[in-house]
Amino acid sequence: MSIERSLNRMRERAAAEGLLDVAYTTADSPYGPLLLATTPKGLVRVGLPNQDYDELLEELARKVSPRVLEAAAPLDEARRELDRYFAGERERFELPLDWSLTGGFQLKVQRQINRIPYGQTRTYTEMARRAGNERAVRAAGTACGRNPLPVVVPCHRVLRSSGGLGGYGGGLPMKEGLLALEGILDERSPG
Amino acid sequence: MPPFQRLIDEHARDVMAVLRAAVGREGADDCFQETFLAALRAYPGLRDDGNLRGWLITIAHRKAIDHHRARGRRPVPVAEVAEEAVPGPEPADDGVWAAVGALPPKQRAAVTLRYASDLPHSEIAAALGCSPEAARRSLHEGIKRLRKELA
Repeated sequence: MSIERSLNRMRERAAAEGLLDVAYTTADSPYGPLLLATTPKGLVRVGLPNQDYDELLEELARKVSPRVLEAAAPLDEARRELDRYFAGERERFELPLDWSLTGGFQLKVQRQINRIPYGQTRTYTEMARRAGNERAVRAAGTACGRNPLPVVVPCHRVLRSSGGLGGYGGGLPMKEGLLALEGILDERSPG
Repeated sequence: MPPFQRLIDEHARDVMAVLRAAVGREGADDCFQETFLAALRAYPGLRDDGNLRGWLITIAHRKAIDHHRARGRRPVPVAEVAEEAVPGPEPADDGVWAAVGALPPKQRAAVTLRYASDLPHSEIAAALGCSPEAARRSLHEGIKRLRKELA
């Protein structure tokens, strides 16, 4: 029996025994491979192509559980929903979310981000107000930047009050691409 | 503690090689699963990540002994297997372990306990239920035979 098959069997048994605290896999996207990680509670991390996935996995090991294993099956549904989103065939995600990597005011902002409808945008100022502290605009910006679940929790829909795009963990072309996909921004020619 | 997957990526091959040598190809699959499941269970409580490879190999050897016991043939009583991680073997290729697997049982056990688990002669003797001299002899015979086999 090959090592791969033994490992598959071991992963199944680990899941059945409740030992698979964090399962992760990568999924193709138009912008490059995304890292997807889930706990039994729900999706806990989405990594964007610009990010260092080893570092993200270490963070999961540190903050959630060191029982981090590569396993595709627990992420099948997330992958399907993301595929359809990128194909323009899905506007809402129906995945359970696990907010373990965040907390406090940042979590408040991120929950508000999660309520911005498809095809609409908000400003950092509005997000600060909705999270309960109108003056914490900079903190709201930080909360967007530290969103552990980008794309699914649509921080790309948050822009500057001036109309500027603001930043994006996956790089500005990705933010522009997602806004274009949702019909908010005209597709810009590359370069 | 690094993500558990890293232990798999870096050491799964060595663990499998050690197990194939210790219990043969057929038993190795089961022992392999048991080894990594046991490691996964204990992992969050592990205090020292200094030698994860040695830790895994030690668990693998306990599983190999359990396997022999369950089979009821050639029991390998072990007084005490150290709980803490011990230095593991150097990476070895499958050819070497295949040759180890082909050794007579006593020599095979002596060689794997010495070079995979890094046990001293006294503990190999305890594991095999023989005198230290006999353990040394088995080891010596096994190594001689391997040299010939692999020359």
